[in-house]
Amino acid sequence: MARMKFICDAERCIECNGCVTACKAENDVPWGVNRRRVVTLSDGVPGERSISVACMHCSDAPCMAVCPVDCFYRTDEGVVLHDKDVCIGCGYCSYACPFGAPQFPTNGTFGLRGKMDKCTFCAGGPEANGSEAENAKYGRNRLSEGKLPACAEMCSTKALLGGDGDVVADIFRTRVLNRGKGSEVWGWGTAYGKPSTGKVGTAPPEAKKS
Amino acid sequence: MSRVPALLLVLAVAGLAGCMERDQSTANARRSPDSPAWQSASSPYVAPGYAPGDKAQWEAQLRRRAQGQNDYAPRL
Repeated sequence: MARMKFICDAERCIECNGCVTACKAENDVPWGVNRRRVVTLSDGVPGERSISVACMHCSDAPCMAVCPVDCFYRTDEGVVLHDKDVCIGCGYCSYACPFGAPQFPTNGTFGLRGKMDKCTFCAGGPEANGSEAENAKYGRNRLSEGKLPACAEMCSTKALLGGDGDVVADIFRTRVLNRGKGSEVWGWGTAYGKPSTGKVGTAPPEAKKS
Repeated sequence: MSRVPALLLVLAVAGLAGCMERDQSTANARRSPDSPAWQSASSPYVAPGYAPGDKAQWEAQLRRRAQGQNDYAPRL
């Protein structure tokens, strides 16, 4: 199996925030934290586009590189997760992440910053898969239940694709070929590397109509 | 009359203990190992038709599930 990846199809996203709601509900995300957000580009002008943004589970994740306590790890499926028992809530990952994925719940008096929280690709954390302890800290582990992330599976227009990188890239490529436009994938190059620069990762699923 | 100084000493020690800082060292903090996603106990929330513990079956289940996002997938 290839690495797990997200693709957001800006041609299809209607800014309904269904993905945000699905994520909040499925993972019981604390107040003040949004693991996923919908961002609108060129708001109010012709060419406006919306995209759903969360942790992209980067090939060469900058959060992993800067963490002073090494709380991040990558699973066999390429999902970037972290151990909240090790996290000290310093916020370095938040500054390093190009997608603004790491979130910090205010925890206690004077707005004290708590442990970092982010999208887990619905894969939980280091606790036993599907356990109550895992659910309490990281939310639902849908991946171990044979399911894909709730945000992607709930998307009404199927704009947000999540799953095996090869499979979702194929789905997106087929779409682009059929509609003949909209091959740009926001964030793909940043997260998974651009082929022209020879970085780690696979080629973006661009397709041209012949 | 030696009880008063002794009591004061006990109170002072207790007070100092109250001011002690809990251990915040990260030297012994180690990331816990995670188990693969396909290794999990069966639960009522598991996707229909999938039995946890078999990697090949798990991969096939996810591939099949991903096709639910594909408008152009052939209808079975």
